[in-house]
Amino acid sequence: MSLKLIHSPIKALVWKVEVEAGQPIEEYDPLIILESMKTEIPVDSSLSGIVREVLVKEGDSVEENQPLVSIEAAL
Amino acid sequence: MTSSPPPFAKVLIANRGEIACRIIRTCRRLGVRTVAVFSDADEGSLHTLMADDAVLIGGARAAESYLNIAAIIDAARKTGCEAIHPGYGFLSENANFAEACDAAGICFIGPSAATIRSMSYKGAARQIAESCGVPLLPGYDGDEQDEAFLATEAERIGWPIIIKAVAGGGGKGMRRVDAPAQFPRNLAAARREAQSAFGNDQVLLEKFLVEPRHIEVQILADSHGKVVSLFERDCSIQRKHQKVIEESPAPGMPEDMRAEMISAAVRLASQVGYEGVGTVEFVADVSAGLRVDRFYFLEMNTRLQVEHPVTEMITGLDLVEWQLRVAAGEAIPFDREGITRTGHALEVRLCAEDPSKMFLPSPGELTRFDLGSEVCGLRIETGLRQGDKVTPYYDSLLAKLVVHAASRDEAIRTLGDRLQIIQVEGLKSNRLLLQRICDHPDFTAGGVSTTFIERNAEVLLAPEASAPAAT
Repeated sequence: MSLKLIHSPIKALVWKVEVEAGQPIEEYDPLIILESMKTEIPVDSSLSGIVREVLVKEGDSVEENQPLVSIEAAL
Repeated sequence: MTSSPPPFAKVLIANRGEIACRIIRTCRRLGVRTVAVFSDADEGSLHTLMADDAVLIGGARAAESYLNIAAIIDAARKTGCEAIHPGYGFLSENANFAEACDAAGICFIGPSAATIRSMSYKGAARQIAESCGVPLLPGYDGDEQDEAFLATEAERIGWPIIIKAVAGGGGKGMRRVDAPAQFPRNLAAARREAQSAFGNDQVLLEKFLVEPRHIEVQILADSHGKVVSLFERDCSIQRKHQKVIEESPAPGMPEDMRAEMISAAVRLASQVGYEGVGTVEFVADVSAGLRVDRFYFLEMNTRLQVEHPVTEMITGLDLVEWQLRVAAGEAIPFDREGITRTGHALEVRLCAEDPSKMFLPSPGELTRFDLGSEVCGLRIETGLRQGDKVTPYYDSLLAKLVVHAASRDEAIRTLGDRLQIIQVEGLKSNRLLLQRICDHPDFTAGGVSTTFIERNAEVLLAPEASAPAAT
């Protein structure tokens, strides 16, 4: 069973968390919507699987490359 | 320059960054004392140092500070301000804020709450425009929202069409549809976005112009019923519906079209009893060139625009001064005929973003920020200094460079030369994109449409490393 971390592409604020732990997701499903400088930056899943843990909450500020969500890859 | 007494003794500026600094400068020249407000993230920033007084109003998030009506009104009361200038963005087009100022006995520097409200609903604005003979794109702006009915209306209008949220702004709830099969899916998506962003899922339909130019008219109106137009600005250079370069006069605009567009804007402003500065935005269908019968009302912005310095450069007027004067009840002493337009002006918006990565925002610390000095015919508007941090909390504007010269060619040359030598380090900026636009033959020829940047993306947006070295 492989665990994959989804990272923030930029320094930003967490605007919306679209998933919760235990939720099955498909590749390209939206996980988190970040906000920076009045722009929304959606972070989509790069794989199908189950959300293991959401590592941030709405309102958090995150750094570039900070892990946002961990996903257990579907077999 | 002017010998009349200051319009107000003390004004609070409910904004930040370059526009707060710019408003403070005019206030100072007029002998008006100023109070800045700031969030936790903006402590020690330039606008707080320039003002006579500064008040902390809340947390870094805009909702806690620059959008916090109660905190701003409270700051104005405690510091004894007679009036509040909202700048642009934030609360500048918020009718509830204008009402809260009225209720607190503080003058809101802008139009009435009723005027703001009437123009903030796209459907209502369209209907008012229609009532005074302002040309509209074919569309449907009624209350009937049944999907089958709207699909029939879309057929009548003719594809492609655009679906817009009536309560919308900033591109949210907007969907282009090219063919009937895509209509239901896009309607549903537009309604969802509109409901989530504005709490109102009503939409309107409009003909979509594939290759328009965006031209707007600057209006100035007083409380005695006088409406003066201050010519047009061409804002066709855009990326993702955001303006990048604005200029005046609009290249290649025929005089009959200019006269008719200005007349339409003045009619609309008069119809709503407008007071203060405002902008009526139009789109022009340029498939057969700029023509007097091919421009259409887009929306009215009931505030000072980011690009207002373009108009100031060609008219010699200070729009912030006139905002203050008409808000204080002064009558405008000149007519349109009394205003001379000279030369050509252009403004570029220098932003913290990465053009090579779909304009991804780029907050960071300005380890180097050298824009050179202002000289005759070149104005620099910024609220930042070298060493300042640009945070993710607010918009990405770093500075505006505004040039004015006898001819458009000369103005573009001056701008291009300056863009080549300015230094912005510590974050990604669009400096090179702006410089490349100034060098592009289609832009220098004048009259490009809003698709210019995407059409020339390969040349304009390539990362700096792979670009030919500047000479």
